[in-house]
Amino acid sequence: MSTAATAGALAAGTLHRAAESPGFLSPTGVEITFLLVGLVTLGAAVVTVTTRQLVHAALWLVVALGGLAVEYLLLTAEFIAWVQVLIYVGSVVVLLLFGLMLTRAPIGRSPDADSGNRWVALTVAVAAAGALVWVVVDAFRTTWIDLDGAPSGTTEVTGASLFQHWVLPFEALSVLLLAALVGAIVLSRKAKAGSERGAKDTAASGTATGATRTRRDQEGAR
Amino acid sequence: MHLAYPAVLAALLFCTGLYGVLARRNAILVLMSVELMLNAVNLNLVAFDAWLSRAAEDTLHSGQALALFTIAIAAAEIGIGLAIVLAVYRNRGTSDVDRLRDTAEGHDPDSDATGRALPAPAAGEKAEATA
Amino acid sequence: MTTTTLAVLVPLLPFLGALAGLLLGRTAPGFARPLAVLPTLASLALAATVAARQGGGAPVDAATELTPTGSVPIELALHIDGFAALTAVVVATVATCVQIYSTGYLRDDPRYPSYAALVSLFTSAMLLVVYTGDLMVLLVGWEVMGICSYFLVGHYWETPEARAASLKAFLVTKLGDVPFLIGLFALAADTGSFRITRILGAVAHGGIDHPTLIALLLLAGVAGKSAQFPLHTWLPDAMAGPTPVSALIHAATMVAAGVYFVARLLPLFEASQAAMTVLAVMAAVTMTGSAVAALAQDDIKRVLAYSTIGQLGYMTGALAVADRGAAVFHLLSHGAFKALLFLAAGVIIHAAGTNSLAAMSRMSHLRDRVPDAYWTMTVALLALAAIPPFSGFFSKEAVLGVAEHVVTGHTEHAPAAAGWIVLLAGLLTALLTAAYATRLWLLAFRGSGTEAPDHGRQPLTMTTVLWVLAVPSLAFGGFAFRVLPDWFDGQDLTPTLTTSVLGTGVALVGGIVTYATWRHTTAHAARVPLGAVAAHPEDDAGQVEAEAIASHEPAYGDVAYAADPSDPGRLLLGRLHRHAAVGFHLDAVYSALFVRPVRAGASLVRFLDREVVDTYVRGAGTLPRWLGAAVRRAQTGNLQTYVSALLAGTVVLAVAAVLVATGA
Repeated sequence: MSTAATAGALAAGTLHRAAESPGFLSPTGVEITFLLVGLVTLGAAVVTVTTRQLVHAALWLVVALGGLAVEYLLLTAEFIAWVQVLIYVGSVVVLLLFGLMLTRAPIGRSPDADSGNRWVALTVAVAAAGALVWVVVDAFRTTWIDLDGAPSGTTEVTGASLFQHWVLPFEALSVLLLAALVGAIVLSRKAKAGSERGAKDTAASGTATGATRTRRDQEGAR
Repeated sequence: MHLAYPAVLAALLFCTGLYGVLARRNAILVLMSVELMLNAVNLNLVAFDAWLSRAAEDTLHSGQALALFTIAIAAAEIGIGLAIVLAVYRNRGTSDVDRLRDTAEGHDPDSDATGRALPAPAAGEKAEATA
Repeated sequence: MTTTTLAVLVPLLPFLGALAGLLLGRTAPGFARPLAVLPTLASLALAATVAARQGGGAPVDAATELTPTGSVPIELALHIDGFAALTAVVVATVATCVQIYSTGYLRDDPRYPSYAALVSLFTSAMLLVVYTGDLMVLLVGWEVMGICSYFLVGHYWETPEARAASLKAFLVTKLGDVPFLIGLFALAADTGSFRITRILGAVAHGGIDHPTLIALLLLAGVAGKSAQFPLHTWLPDAMAGPTPVSALIHAATMVAAGVYFVARLLPLFEASQAAMTVLAVMAAVTMTGSAVAALAQDDIKRVLAYSTIGQLGYMTGALAVADRGAAVFHLLSHGAFKALLFLAAGVIIHAAGTNSLAAMSRMSHLRDRVPDAYWTMTVALLALAAIPPFSGFFSKEAVLGVAEHVVTGHTEHAPAAAGWIVLLAGLLTALLTAAYATRLWLLAFRGSGTEAPDHGRQPLTMTTVLWVLAVPSLAFGGFAFRVLPDWFDGQDLTPTLTTSVLGTGVALVGGIVTYATWRHTTAHAARVPLGAVAAHPEDDAGQVEAEAIASHEPAYGDVAYAADPSDPGRLLLGRLHRHAAVGFHLDAVYSALFVRPVRAGASLVRFLDREVVDTYVRGAGTLPRWLGAAVRRAQTGNLQTYVSALLAGTVVLAVAAVLVATGA
């Protein structure tokens, strides 16, 4: 965790230096806000993957996903921000919590939340982070996003593009969701011999979330 | 705003999720880490869409559309994933990823506490085959 | 039809007959006999026509280029002079006789169709060798004869003797053929052509840079094919084949191919005094050695085989003194009487049920059982022993006369030393030849003891052929020595008085001494019972012969030798007898020189292969197995480690790709 934080701080430092590069102003308010929220988000994410309390992990995930929704807003992607809140915070996390409970995850600290693979994982993750940050900073050091003017991510704009240019993939996605729905039911029913009640629960929740999701998507699109 | 801010944040989030996927033992926590990785990608998509819609006069909004699709697919994935985890849990009594080692070299189903249903008939078949 | 067309048909007909015989042999066995006899007969008629048309005049030359080779051209060429025309007639005659004889000899043999087809193929190859004017085409016929000989000697491949003999014949002749091939290439490199006419033209103009080298290389092939010392050892063993094959291949035709080849290219050999001397020494050693060996053999066919080697020695001797007329004259008459000897021997073996002279000498009335064979063989043996007026006398006198000619310095073609060598060896051989011919005749027909079994009359096809061949054996020489010079180089072939008296004298001495010895030793015959006869005397002749050959070694302890005290050869040769019986241990020398080193080399290679190379192979197998065992440990079943490794690799690759892309 500390390493990740250091990496974050390091990245921030790099950004500052990048911002001070010739031809650019000092950080704007939006940038400062983005940075602060980003730190919170990253911290929440790190806690999510390191905490020994499983339920807390889910709750920290809410924070991280919410932080991301704020970042979307700051990037003027208003519609996606709301969808993020509704779907992730509203249904996915709830679903994960259900899952945790159904698998009788221990409440409180569990000593073996991480597998023996931790150090390898840490090495790979740090190496990947180093490589990615290096490449990204090297590539986009001076790129500027002009966020002024008409917001590019309002519901209206998004809906227009979605139903003009993306209508076919959108419909294909509906089929995918349907398939996922059916798949979830089948997977749950198969195990009925072991625990009938659990299967029903899963199927019900799967169906419910699937239905909710689909409805929300379509509502949002409208 | 500098594009580097969201890009770096996305990279770091992605690697955090990567660490979670590789290091977490509970399958549901692994799924959470996957969600983190997907969200990092989404952030990238949105940021680059915001940049390109101005810088390159992009009217398709492909970044936002793809982000939406990713969200929908992620939701579907989490549903299926949880169904699988629950099925595994019901069959094996555990959802720990590192205890699902059926593909290991020299894996012996008899020593696996969760493979209760299998051993007797399998042993019988083996005896027949060797006889 | 033009002479050229006829000449092309001569080798072509037996070839087509062989092809048809091989194709139809299984499906239509009834056609096998006509397909064997008729094409050969037709080609005899055509060869006779060609000879009549050529008539000893200007050579018939025709050529068509086969394909452009880019360098030395290979042409389908005919070159028919008097030698070629007459040799072809003899080859076709003997082949026809042998084909007719075989129909009786192998009448119950299930493999007769393939046998007959191979004989036809052989005949075709020999005729090709005789007629062709291009050395590459000659080589084709030469090698086809070699392979046919291999198959035919191994006709009774059920017996180990035949298998060993066929392999030996093949390998020993190949031993000569390799230098032969190199010699041909060297010759072509020097003259720029494979055409005989052009080569001879080049020789005449002194266009050969390395005559000695080329001549010696070619001589190796000739020695292999014509069974000359030191490559003659395959011929006695080749007697394990059926008798007609021995008659055709190993007496009349194939072994004559070498002599014929030298006769064709004689000017080339004359260009090198060294080659002529080597040829003379080779001829002398061959003829005397083989004659001594013939005197000690027990197998009737081996006697004849050594006699063939000796007579071929006469031919090479004639060539060594640069007279191809005499050589080919002897080739022609020898072809007739030696084929007759072999075919008669086949009849005798069938009648007696054994091929052992020791066993025959303990049978009385054998000549009454086979009167045809008795009379014709007597004629042929007299011809062999060169008693006037049989044909062998004239041809042999021609050789001796030419040698004497050289000795007395009447020619500049050959060194006088060669003349002396050939003359002395020829006279000595004449003595020995008469001795072994007498011995053969006495032991085979003048035996005493139990009466020979009576199997009824021999098949008409077999006896008729004997009489047909007896005619030239009897009369060819006396008739031909006046006519032949017109066909050949024009040199006189009339017997000179000196050599006639000398030759006939020593022959008579040899015969009489042998007779006296026989009278002395034959008393022992009754005291030492010997002999084994075939178990199935009622089978066809080929079967009886195969049994006789196969049972010789178990019965007498050796293929060639029998411990018979009544053998006159034993008394005549004294202590030499033992060594002569086994061919003067030349096989043992070969075994020490070639077989054992090759075996040792083979076992070394085997060791290297088994122990050294296989170690590498096993190592190549073991290393991956160890690696596999090591890698197997990574197969933990834990997905997270797999994905970790995968992603670590991805990161490394990505970083590497970026570094490469940015040129760092």
